[in-house]
This record gives sequence, structure tokens and C-alpha cells, in this order.
Amino acid sequence: MIPCSFFPAKRVAAVAVVLAVLGAPSIALAQIKIGSSLSVTGPASFLGDPEKKTLEMYVDEINKKGGIDGQKVELIVYDDGGNPNAARTFATRLVEEDKVAAVVGGTTTGTTMAMIPVFEEAQIPFISLAGGIPIIEPVKKWVFKTAQTDKMACEKIFADLKKRNLTTIALISGTEAFGKSMRDQCVKIAAASGITIAHEETYGPGDTDVTPQLTNIKGKAGVQAVVNTGFGQGPAIVTRNYRQLAIPLPLYQSHGVASKQYIQLAADSADGVRLPAPALLVADKLPDGDPQKPVVTSYAKTYQDNTKQEVSAFGGYAYDGLMILVEAAKRAKSADPAKLRDEIEKTKGFMGTGGVVNMSPTDHMGLGQAAFRMLDIKNGDWVLVPESGS
Amino acid sequence: MAELLQFAFSGLTVGAVYALVALGFTLIYNASDVINFAQGEFVMLGGLVTVFLLAAGLPLPVAALLAVVASTLVGLALYRFAIEPARGANAVTLIMITIGASIFLRGAAQVIFDKRYHSLPPLFGDTPIRFGGAAILPQSLVVLAGALVIVVLLWAFVDRTLFGKAVLATAANKLAARLVGIDTRLTVGFSFAISAAIGAIAGILVTPITLTSYNIGTLLALKGFAAAMLGGIGSAVGAVLGGLLLGLLEALSAGYLSSEFKDAVAFIVILAVLFVRPQGLLGRARVERV
Amino acid sequence: MSVRSLDERPAAQEQPLSKARSTFVGSLGRHRLMPVLLLAVLVALAPLLFPSGFYYRIFALVYIFALAAVGLNLLMGYAGQVSLGHAGFMGIGAYAAAIGPAHFGLPGWLSLIIGAVLSALIAFLVGRPILRLKGHYLAVATLGFGLLLAIVFTSEAEWTGGPDGMSVSRLVLFGWSVRGSETWYWVSAVLFLAGAAIAYNLIESPAGRAMRAIHDSETAAGVLGVDVSRTKLLVFVISSVYASIAGSSLAFFNGLVTPDVAGFLRSIELVAMVVLGGMGSVVGSLVGAAVLVLLPQALTFLHDYEHMVLGLIIMGVMIFLRDGIVPSIAAAFRGRRG
Repeated sequence: MIPCSFFPAKRVAAVAVVLAVLGAPSIALAQIKIGSSLSVTGPASFLGDPEKKTLEMYVDEINKKGGIDGQKVELIVYDDGGNPNAARTFATRLVEEDKVAAVVGGTTTGTTMAMIPVFEEAQIPFISLAGGIPIIEPVKKWVFKTAQTDKMACEKIFADLKKRNLTTIALISGTEAFGKSMRDQCVKIAAASGITIAHEETYGPGDTDVTPQLTNIKGKAGVQAVVNTGFGQGPAIVTRNYRQLAIPLPLYQSHGVASKQYIQLAADSADGVRLPAPALLVADKLPDGDPQKPVVTSYAKTYQDNTKQEVSAFGGYAYDGLMILVEAAKRAKSADPAKLRDEIEKTKGFMGTGGVVNMSPTDHMGLGQAAFRMLDIKNGDWVLVPESGS
Repeated sequence: MAELLQFAFSGLTVGAVYALVALGFTLIYNASDVINFAQGEFVMLGGLVTVFLLAAGLPLPVAALLAVVASTLVGLALYRFAIEPARGANAVTLIMITIGASIFLRGAAQVIFDKRYHSLPPLFGDTPIRFGGAAILPQSLVVLAGALVIVVLLWAFVDRTLFGKAVLATAANKLAARLVGIDTRLTVGFSFAISAAIGAIAGILVTPITLTSYNIGTLLALKGFAAAMLGGIGSAVGAVLGGLLLGLLEALSAGYLSSEFKDAVAFIVILAVLFVRPQGLLGRARVERV
Repeated sequence: MSVRSLDERPAAQEQPLSKARSTFVGSLGRHRLMPVLLLAVLVALAPLLFPSGFYYRIFALVYIFALAAVGLNLLMGYAGQVSLGHAGFMGIGAYAAAIGPAHFGLPGWLSLIIGAVLSALIAFLVGRPILRLKGHYLAVATLGFGLLLAIVFTSEAEWTGGPDGMSVSRLVLFGWSVRGSETWYWVSAVLFLAGAAIAYNLIESPAGRAMRAIHDSETAAGVLGVDVSRTKLLVFVISSVYASIAGSSLAFFNGLVTPDVAGFLRSIELVAMVVLGGMGSVVGSLVGAAVLVLLPQALTFLHDYEHMVLGLIIMGVMIFLRDGIVPSIAAAFRGRRG
């Protein structure tokens, strides 16, 4: 049998146990332990990688500035590779071994749902970065989330379509969790939004050509616009094939492509694509009076300076999660999980990259519809669509 | 009709990629009886090394050439430091070594490069060629032409050169080849190098269409392996045929049946073919040695 | 460790018949289950060394995966047939555990049994044509089979919850709700030990000897009067039941199931457990499962370099211990003793 000194974490745990026995509360340690399990590798690394970079970057910055009220922040990040079983194991490890005070993480809805029971049982606040509605509906006492739901993205797209009198659409979705979950939400709210989905196609993760699916959409009479739900390289392929087939209809993408990288990959084909996205992507183009401008400009600059990569909405979710927790810790003046939880729930008027957050006992996300902006892609750059018209 | 043509274009483009990966499987299998599950990583390396050298300021042809050289060296290293020391081990052990190698290469790529998707500029622009109501990208024709050139060169090499004949002899019977004075270590190592080079060339050619990232290898290995088996393992023509067929199957079932079940349809057809021809389309029937 | 030397499988060059006879004549009942008893003692004592509750979860996972690996080892190590789609059967078990209670109101234990029966039935139907294939052709056919199941689990969202999966209600046995890592440690340990005991019994039975004969040479086994296709099918069905029960346990333990459990990468992981630990060694499957469950936890301090090191370790073990960890170490011990 493998000896238990095999784990480097053992010593850490032993120290924690000794301190706990001595009756030293975690405040006396002058540090707050924040845990995280993210999909840094694997199919969702497109989301998890910027999330990890963001957390590490900002925890460093907070510590350089003297921590939270003098308490240093210790960050423990594990890579679950997008595998829910691994996420659950790491969640257990964060609770049992690392004894964290709070958790910011969970890249996908699948990994988040796998971790929720662990943190609920251990009574540790958990701020997820994934988009799925089941995370916060029904409300779970210890679970919060920062990312806009895919339902909100659909509502935003459908409202824009209605405004342009485009009511019959075709839907093409990725079969991975993100694309499928948003597709389900779109189908669910279509009728109520006055949108008819005349045709549906899908593509698998890693598919490198979707012209057959798009050919079928092209041949469908009455379709006025095409909506694509998915993330990663799939939407870039869809966009390229869309132009290859010269489909004349407007193309809508989701917030799953909310990164400059999408424009680079789709190149000229991306021109004319419209999508809902957080204000973060157009930080420099927001009008000066926009209340969100300072926070998104600052985050975008910090991220790009540190990583030399373009900012994406997903790193922003991690920023929001971390900062909501940090604010809560300041108010709580404690690293006690229960007090942290109560303060997170009281978050009001927090200005994040995803929008204004107003949490309540019945709303553990706290984002309004205004969180999304409608963007067009023109000449390889984002352009803000005016809210009044199209 | 225009639909069918469009589906065929799509199928041939994707199929050419599978064909090149399957060809890599076949070469290594013939020389060493190893199924190399790191074959997809060569495709990844070819694309990513070119992308990063290009970004570093090298001209595209130089970057591409260096990428092929780099992958070839990795292929040789794989043989020299992982496969050769384990010679004589059973087939499953050797497969595990190549799976370990693919995990290692993927891990190295995410550290050396990054975890994002990348593209390369197409050779002849991205204005589609329209033909009979369907559209195909010039780069797709480049990929198909590249696959054809590689197959012809391989055939000429094996058929027309002495060293090529030595490789063939090693494939047919290693012991007999050694007895007639062929350095089988050299020929097997050479097969790994060529296989890696073909993978890298495939990676460079397809990246403008399919995009690339550190983790594209697994799926390519899976599809390439299936294509090689469909064609009949050990047959180079079979590998190419298997790859193109697999691509066409996926495109046609996505177009005519259901995009959700296109992979399922492709594998059901492969299973059906194997039930009728257990040695694949062009494979030789194996006789168990007692 | 003395367990390992007890576990040696007769090497291929030894005559299987004479070995079988000597075991038969020797103290059969007691000796055969000795390794299982020793394992049981180890399993019972292990928690004394656990510094925290986290280790209960880790080792419960080890036993669950080891159970599936023992089943696959019967197929690969004893009957010599490869399966690259075995996670598909884990998927059937896992989704049976999820769907039975959720859609049909069945008790969890009954859903587990239904999953096992369903797996056996599917293995029986699919196995007959698939097992006619040999070597890598069998590998690609099983791979395709596993892939088909994973596609079904991902696509049939009304039943399975789609790619995000569905939650699984707690297992209740005789009014006792099985929950928590510590409880699952003991439940999974008992399941694994039972699986190991059955495997040892099977290996020493006439069917087991037939299996090993097929492993050495199908043609020769056929000449000796072994019903080759029937024996292969039997082992395939048995190994599918092992995987299914392991899958159900994993689903109950995690309280959640996603299509990931049936995916290609999980199938490869199962094969890796069998091959790393040692083909044809029941204890090897436990060691292989332990290595692959523990390594990702032990290597987290390497951060970005984790996968490189994991790949190197797998390559290194396979190059230097090519018969797998347990048989190679056992052979080294035997060699030293002369």
C-alpha cells in the first residue's frame, strides 16, 4: 500500500490539525484559505485556463497590497480536467485536507454539480463560475454563481431578433455541455419570445467541418437568421463554413465565443456576426459615463499585461467570484465560512465584469438582463450595438 | 445534387486528414507491430510548432520545414528511448507506452506553447471555389493533393529504392530481414521518423481549415486508428481508403441522417464492415501461429 | 509484501495443466482464497493510517475502479481479449443507478442489479459477433461499441440529462442510507473483495483453465476441446457485470453521473490500470487502480508539469516493468530467491 507521506498536503493538514487542537482560530493564522477546482486542461481549458490565471494574478495583487485587512490570502487551485469525478475528489480534498474557508471555482456545470453536495455538507461557501441554471435553481444555501446563465444569453438574442423582425430561425449547437445546455434553454423560451425554431443541427466537440449541417440550414425555406450555441473552436469553424457556403442570413453567436481569439480564428468570416457578451470585451469602447467602465478597463489591462493574451469573458467570471468573496470577507472581518456565506448573500451593488451583482436569499447570482451587451464584429473588432435600435 | 457534392467535399476534406493519420499508424505498425497512439500528437506538433515559429518572425516555409524536422526528431526519440528499450514486450504494453508518450507530449505542448486554439494562413487564400452549386476551400484541395503526393512518394520509395525494400522486408519478417543483413533497428527507426514527418506535414496542411491546439491529438488518433482498421491494418492503400471513407461517412450521415448521431453512424458502418470482413477492407487475413 | 508472491500467474512457458493439477491436489479451498483474506486484512487496517477523511474517498475510488479492472483483467489477462470500450459497461451501470430510481421509482439496489443484468445481456448480444475479431480489430470494434454508448448517454437528454448528467439518489439498503466517504470505503471494499474472491475461484475453475488456454493459443485450445467462442463470450459477459457494478457504485458514491463515465478516456484508463498493475494478476488490478487514482492527487504540486510527469511515469513503468508492476516485482523476488 502506498505510504501516506506520499501526499505533500499531509504536512499542511498536520499543521492545521495541530493548530485546531491548540484552539487557534483561523484568524490567528492571519490568512484566509481560498480553494478552487478548475478545468485548466481538457475540453473546457478554453474557459478554465483564463480563470486560473485570473485567480492567481489577483490573489498575488491582493497579498502585495497587504491582504484582506492584514490577512494574507492563500489560494489552492486544482485542475480537474473537466472530469466531474475528479472535481468531486478535489472538492473533498479542499474540505478535508486543505480546510479552505471558501471556494471560487467549478468551470463547467457538470463539475460544479458534482462538487455542490460536498460543500453543502461541509458548510463552506462556494461561488461557481459555470453558467448552468440548476446551480442556483433551486437556491442552495452555500452555493452562488457569477456567470450569466445561458438562458439570459438566449433572451438577449431573441429580443434582438424580434427587434429586427426576424422570427423564424435555425439553431446549430455544439453537443458539448455548454452548447447543449444553451440550446435547451433557447428551445424552452422560444415560443414565449415569439421565435420559431424551424430547423436544428448539431456538431460534435472537435468537429472540423460543419458544411453538411449548414448546407441543410441553407436549403431550409423561411429561415431568417441562424443562431449558434457553443464554445471553443466549434463556433469559429461554423463561422468560417458559413461564409464558405455564402449563406446570406444574419449569424448570431453566443457569449461562449466572447474572446478576441474567436475573431482571430474566424478571421474575415467573423465580420457581421452578432452576439451577446459582457461589457468586458468592449472595455475601451464603453461611454465614459458607464458605471461598469472603470472595473472592466482595469481588469482587461491587468489580464493583458500579465498574460500577454486577450481578455475573455471567462477570466472575468473568476475575477467577479474572487472579488465578491474578498468584499464579503472585508465586511465579515473573519474567515469563518458561515459568516462569509452570510456576507456573500448580502452582496449589493457589486460592480463586476459581468454586470452589477445584487444577491439575496432567493437569488444567488444577482445579475439582471442588463449584464449582457449586444456586440457586432466589424473589421476584426467588437462594436457596441446601440440599445435603442439595431 | 449540389447537396451531395457539398457533403462529398466536406467528407473528402476531413477524410484526407484521417487518411494521413491512418497512414502514419500503418507505417509504424508494419515496421514494428506497434499501434502508435501518439500519432495524433505529431499532427498537433506540426501545426503548433509552425504557428509559434511563424509568430516568432520566421517565414512560413522555414517555419513549416523546422516543424517537420522537430516532429521527426520527436518520432525518432520516441522510438529510441521508449519503444526500442521495450522490444519484445507484448502488444498491449507497447500501446500503453505510446499512450504514455501522447500524455507526455500533450503535457509538454501545453507548457511550451499554450492551451489556446491557433490557425495558419491558407496557401491560396480563403475565397471558396464554387462548383456545381457547392463550395470548397482552396486549402482543401491542397490537403487532398498533399495526401496524394505523400502516398505516391511512399510507394516510389518502397518500390524503387533499396532502403525502401529493406523497410518492406522488415515489415514482412523481421527475423528473416536480419538474417539477410538488414539493420532492422535502422529501418524501424526510419519508419517512426517518416510517420512523424507525415503527421507533421498533415498538421501544417490542415491547420488553416481545422485549427489546432495542444489537445487535438486524442480525437485524431481515435479516428485515424478506426480508419486504419477499416482499411485493413498494414495496407497503405487501405489506410488512405479507410480515412476517406470515414470522412465521407461522417459527412453524409451528418447531411442526410442526423448530425447528432453522425459519429455513431460511422462506427456502426465500421462494425458492420468488420463483421463481414474481419481483416478490414484491404487487410490480409492473419493466420494464428501455433 | 507476501501478497504479491502468492498472486503469481503461471508463466506462459509453464505447462498450465500440471500447474492446475498441483493446485487442485493441494489444499484447494483454503489456499485459493488466501490472497483475498490477506487483502481483507490490509483493507481493514489501512484506515488506521489515514490522516483525514479525504483518504476514505480516495481509497473508496481505488476499490471501485479496481473492481472494474479485475473484471477487465479476466478478459485481457486471462482470456487474452482486448476491450477499449469497457467504460461503456460502467456507463450502463451508472445510468441504471441514476435512471431506475429517478424515472421508475425503483430502489437503488434493484437498479444496480438491473444494470448488471442489462450489461450482461448487451455483452452477450454484442459479444458473439465482436469476439470473432482478433487483436487490433477487436480493439477497434470494442472502441466503437463504447463510443456508441457514450453518444447515446450524451444525446438522450430526457433520460440521461445530456452532457451535464443527472443526479443520483442515495443508495438505501434495508432502510439504511449509504452515505459519506467513510461508509463508502467499507461498502466498496466489500464489493471489491467479493469481486476478487469470485475472480480467484473462476481462475481455478475448469472455465478458468479454458480461458488461459485461449490466451496462450486459440487454435491449440480448440484442438484440446475447449469451446473457444463460448468461453470468450462467458468471460466477456462476466467482465461486463464487474464494470457495471463498479459504475453503479461510482454513481451512488458521487451522487451524480455524466457521460464522461462511459467515455473513451475512461476506457483507456481501465486498460491502463490492468496493464500497469499486471495482466493476469488480481492484486495487480488493485495496484494499477491505486496508482492511477493516487497519481493525479500526488502530482498536483507540479501544476502545469503534471501531465508530462504522468506520461513519463506510465512510459517508465511499462519499459522497466513490462509485465506490469505486480508480476514484474514478483518475478524479481523469485529470481533473487534462486
